[in-house]
Amino acid sequence: MSYELIGITVLWTFLYGYLIVASIDFGAGFFAFYARIKKKDHLINDLISRYLSPVWEVTNVFFVFFFVGIVGFFPATAYYYGTALLVPGSVAIILIAIRGSFYAFNNYGSRENTFYLFLYGATGLLIPASLSTALTISEGGFLDEVDGNVVFLAKELFTSPYSWSVVFLSIVSVLFISATFLTYYADRADDQQARKTLRQFALFWSMPTIVASLLVFMSLQMHNPQHYDKAVTDYWWMFGLSLVCFGFASWFIYIEKRYGTAFIMVMLQFFFAFFGYGASHLPYILYPYITLHENVTNETMAFALVVVFILGLLLLIPSLFLLMRLFLFDADYVKGKKK
Amino acid sequence: MELDGVMLSRLLTTMTLMFHIIFATVGVGIPIMIAIAEFIGIKRNDPYYLLLARRWARGYTITVAVGVVTGTAIGLQLSLLWPSFMEVAGQVIALPLFMETFAFFFEAIFLGIYLYTWDRFKGKWTHWLLTIPVMIGSSASALFITTVNAFMNTPQGFELKNGEMINIDPIAAMLNPATPSKVFHVVTTSYMTSAAILAAIAAFAILKGRGGEYEKKALRLTVACTFIFSILTAVAGDVSAKFLAEEQPEKLAAAEWHFETETEADLIFFGTINEETGEVENEIRVPKLLSFLAGNSFQTEVIGLNETPEDERPPLWIHYMFDTMVSIGMFVMAVTMLFVLIDRVKKWNAFNKPLLLAILASGPLSMVAIEAGWILAEVGRQPWILRGYMKVAEAATTSNSVGLTFAMFAVLYLVLGVMAVIVLIRMFKNSPAEAELEKRFPNRG
Repeated sequence: MSYELIGITVLWTFLYGYLIVASIDFGAGFFAFYARIKKKDHLINDLISRYLSPVWEVTNVFFVFFFVGIVGFFPATAYYYGTALLVPGSVAIILIAIRGSFYAFNNYGSRENTFYLFLYGATGLLIPASLSTALTISEGGFLDEVDGNVVFLAKELFTSPYSWSVVFLSIVSVLFISATFLTYYADRADDQQARKTLRQFALFWSMPTIVASLLVFMSLQMHNPQHYDKAVTDYWWMFGLSLVCFGFASWFIYIEKRYGTAFIMVMLQFFFAFFGYGASHLPYILYPYITLHENVTNETMAFALVVVFILGLLLLIPSLFLLMRLFLFDADYVKGKKK
Repeated sequence: MELDGVMLSRLLTTMTLMFHIIFATVGVGIPIMIAIAEFIGIKRNDPYYLLLARRWARGYTITVAVGVVTGTAIGLQLSLLWPSFMEVAGQVIALPLFMETFAFFFEAIFLGIYLYTWDRFKGKWTHWLLTIPVMIGSSASALFITTVNAFMNTPQGFELKNGEMINIDPIAAMLNPATPSKVFHVVTTSYMTSAAILAAIAAFAILKGRGGEYEKKALRLTVACTFIFSILTAVAGDVSAKFLAEEQPEKLAAAEWHFETETEADLIFFGTINEETGEVENEIRVPKLLSFLAGNSFQTEVIGLNETPEDERPPLWIHYMFDTMVSIGMFVMAVTMLFVLIDRVKKWNAFNKPLLLAILASGPLSMVAIEAGWILAEVGRQPWILRGYMKVAEAATTSNSVGLTFAMFAVLYLVLGVMAVIVLIRMFKNSPAEAELEKRFPNRG
């Protein structure tokens, strides 16, 4: 396997990891706020904060890891994306900053502040929307190169059906992923009422998720036919598997059984869709400016990065495992019996 | 000063870094203090120290949160504001950037565990052991990110041929000449500043009349730590000066208003300069000390600023930053030493008002010194972003929205700064130490 393929696989995997953990976090923020204004917060908010408090910082690192990694492996991305994304990127940073710090202010500082919770909940839906801009831009058509300078075509982005369908998909899938995870978490906690509420959320958001996925496909066909063709001819089976996993997940949640399996199915659903999307996008990282093979970093650096990556994983995997054992799989902690 | 894209990009980066540094500094130092306090608490079975560790850890969560989000901001801003620089940096120094995120990852995981497992383990030491990965993670991320900054000062590990990088050696780029002194200085000053801030809090409580056992123990511990770290800081500062004299003479020369290359060079303290004539006035001049500082001998030849082409000289006002940093360092060291000495003599009272006031001042002043030191280090390599290779103006973004972005971030930092202070004050005001001690350790003594 070549360095560039290892590199993009690693980065894509981390982005997938971020997609899952951040979705749980973003959706949880929205649900917590929704429950507060519906005066149902006593039902689910303790549960949510029990899960989030020890892990929110880790979630953030997945993201940092991705953007540091992509600049490392594919330095040209810094140039193109950096110039193009100044405003949308800054908006995303600001939202992430507000969200992260107000989470801490609310949970460690003064509890029960509805305004903090509002910021936390609202940003949770805006961040995926603003981050999805980067993916949209990668399809091409939103950048122009004039006299060697990269120009970002903001108007094109705002009027493109494709970009809006991606935004829509990112928001509803955040809510769907989060709700299925929290249903499972509530089930582990033996918290019947929380489970009931969260299960309704999960079922409610399952349909828009599928509709949004189809919309993305349709608008991609219009926007970037080349990518679309590759997706449906070479990788149709991955999207098929994704749909099957979605079917199983919804079914389990519907019959109120095996919530753990249901969540794994949701993870697989997004895994297949995300990797199918990524694989069919190759060899372009940013269509048509950056390709995988031409823009990879020099060989020495690529080798060093891969070595550090492996060493890093040796450190991270046991640590993450410990974190999950203590806060995810420790029944007493999940039930709130341990502080 | 023209407010073009380059200047605005510089201003925005400056603002983000100056804000981030406050939280990053305590982020590196406070874990050490928490670990020390918990260690003593377990070792002596003393609930006061255990409570100290707990309360510091609680406040730390707020500063960490702001540190994390502003750190994410600067990480992304590097690519957004300096795309051409990052394209180069990606070729040569992606390695330490990558390693830094691993260190950060490691710290984040164990900090989460540490904060939520106070009463979880049977053996008290098990929980204390968790401080080790947190300390390693936070100090290691300081180390790695500092190597990146060091690289920008003394780039090596690549060759530039027709605008292309060849013969890249990532390890050599990381271990460039500036790395040892910079890392040493950054880490020691972070420890010192964090300890000084915690000491200032304890001194403040005592000045406000809450001078119980808890506050006194806190003050003794933090002041002693500040003193030790300030000695290390001074050593690190000396190492840095020698490094500058050797590798980056124009920075030292501008900081010291030293124009002619000569042996037996004088050290200039304070003073003002007439930029037109290069005439220094009102200064305190210590004969031959600069030579000594540069190479441990009065005969050391110190290279003057006149050797550097005019368009490659850093601005002369960095001298004031140098003065600020050094005098604060000296002040903090003197105050903490005085406290430690007086406290050792039984019949003297170390907890007197003037001394407490001086300790109170040491905390914020140390942070001012950190900022001044970084301004000195960064402005001191102007006009380069990559010294000798790439000027700042060539690296900035060509986007015309930097002004808007600057305004958005200014508002963000204002809100975050104010909120962090309010939340921290409220957090401790609502739960006094004595009450918490009673609640948590009802059977003490």
